[in-house]
Amino acid sequence: MIQLENVTKTYPKASRPSLDDVSVGIEKGEFVFFIGPSGSGKSTIIKLLLHEVSPSRGKVVVNSKDVTTMRSWKIPHFRRSIGCVFQDFRLLPNRTAYENVAFALEVIGKTKAVARRVVPEVLELVGLGGKEHRYPHELSGGEQQRVAVARAFVNRPLILLADEPTGNLDPDTSIEIMRLLDRINRTGTTVVMVTHDSNIVNQMRRRVIEIESGRIVRDQARGVYG
Amino acid sequence: MRFKYVLNEVLVGLWRNVTMTIAMIITMSVSLTMLGASVLMYMQVDQMKNYYYGEIEVSIFLREDVTDAQRSAINQAIDQSPLVQQKTYESREDAWKKFQVLWADSPDFVKSVGPDSLPESFRVKLKNPEQYQAFADQIKAQQGIQDIVDQRELLEKVFKIFNAIQVMALVVAAFMALAALMLVGNTIQVAAYSKRREVAVMKLVGASNWFIQAPFVLEAVVAGLIGAILGFVFIFVSKVVLLDGRLQALTNVLTPIPDGNVWLMLPLLAGVGAGVSAITAWITLRFYLKV
Repeated sequence: MIQLENVTKTYPKASRPSLDDVSVGIEKGEFVFFIGPSGSGKSTIIKLLLHEVSPSRGKVVVNSKDVTTMRSWKIPHFRRSIGCVFQDFRLLPNRTAYENVAFALEVIGKTKAVARRVVPEVLELVGLGGKEHRYPHELSGGEQQRVAVARAFVNRPLILLADEPTGNLDPDTSIEIMRLLDRINRTGTTVVMVTHDSNIVNQMRRRVIEIESGRIVRDQARGVYG
Repeated sequence: MRFKYVLNEVLVGLWRNVTMTIAMIITMSVSLTMLGASVLMYMQVDQMKNYYYGEIEVSIFLREDVTDAQRSAINQAIDQSPLVQQKTYESREDAWKKFQVLWADSPDFVKSVGPDSLPESFRVKLKNPEQYQAFADQIKAQQGIQDIVDQRELLEKVFKIFNAIQVMALVVAAFMALAALMLVGNTIQVAAYSKRREVAVMKLVGASNWFIQAPFVLEAVVAGLIGAILGFVFIFVSKVVLLDGRLQALTNVLTPIPDGNVWLMLPLLAGVGAGVSAITAWITLRFYLKV
């Protein structure tokens, strides 16, 4: 599903590479944590998978497509098979929960009729039934992140990328969000989550890949934060 | 739905930044007016050249004290010249009659000039008006010639003035266009900034590039089109009010501007206005949106 082959990424003007000769494979349906201290390069992995940046060396394969050589006009379509959740939610403040999710559908060409059918369903799934018409500022942090998850999942992507999704949430809310991601993972969606939240990693007992200074120092099935 | 979405985005975008939009439209319309005026003038000069070069003559004015022998010698020289297409002789009386008709509106002036004040002349049409110099060289040795006047020279002076006005209009058009383009670029930047969250989400969920860019580009195109229409109205009104109205006397000399040419400016200005705005917007987006 996801394949990094000897990937090195050096940002311009950086003294050392963010990722240094990293190779890792992730199977369909896996749930993987990337952990490590700030600046270790784990967020770079998300950016590489989304093709927001290209690797300096090596190969990135997602959904059996070689992202490295992908023509730039194909990238938008490619991204539709990937859902994305961030620490800062990235919701549109002037749109309701429903509209935020529907927006993601409409801008990729789905009709309003499709949105009317699918959006309430996915909002129900993430546990926001009845709060469809609240604006982000009327929702708690956890609820906002649920909207973001709904938006990421509404297209039924093959992969869900989560970049520190619990970074702004208290521990209880974090666990609820993790339950949600776990449920999404059980539908067959591959989940890749970058975090440094040790509680969560220890509770979930999933595959843990630890990165330090751009290198993989540990890759453990059913691992803990360590 | 997508069409409605894009249209809505365009209108909201233009309205959000309405003072900038107006500035953009005004500079665009002034620039396009200048461009249109200059193109019209170019077409006009071309048309006038065709018209007048068919009509122009070389006038050989004879001295007051010219003798009959000299006159017939000149006549013969003209007849023998291979460059001449057609020749007429204009006596003092003929000249006086023409003069009276030409200045019929100013009887006082006509009274002050008698038939004796006007010289007799030969009016010669050359096969090729450009060969004036060769013809003049053949004739000028003859006795009794006061002056040889080539109308073409006069016309060229007029055309030179037209050319200068045309160049000036083009320079103004170019400067205004530069200002208009900067305003377009700036407006697009502001629009892209105010919609950065939407753009980020669109990129994230995989909206196609054209879908992200279309509202911005169309915003510029709509402004360009409005500017073009204003520019056209300005040209049209100037033509009706100035050339057909107050300056009609001048218009008669200049050969009239056909309405067809004026109407031709509408698609021209619209095309240039919309096209240039779209390209500017698109280039600006490549720098500020990085889709």
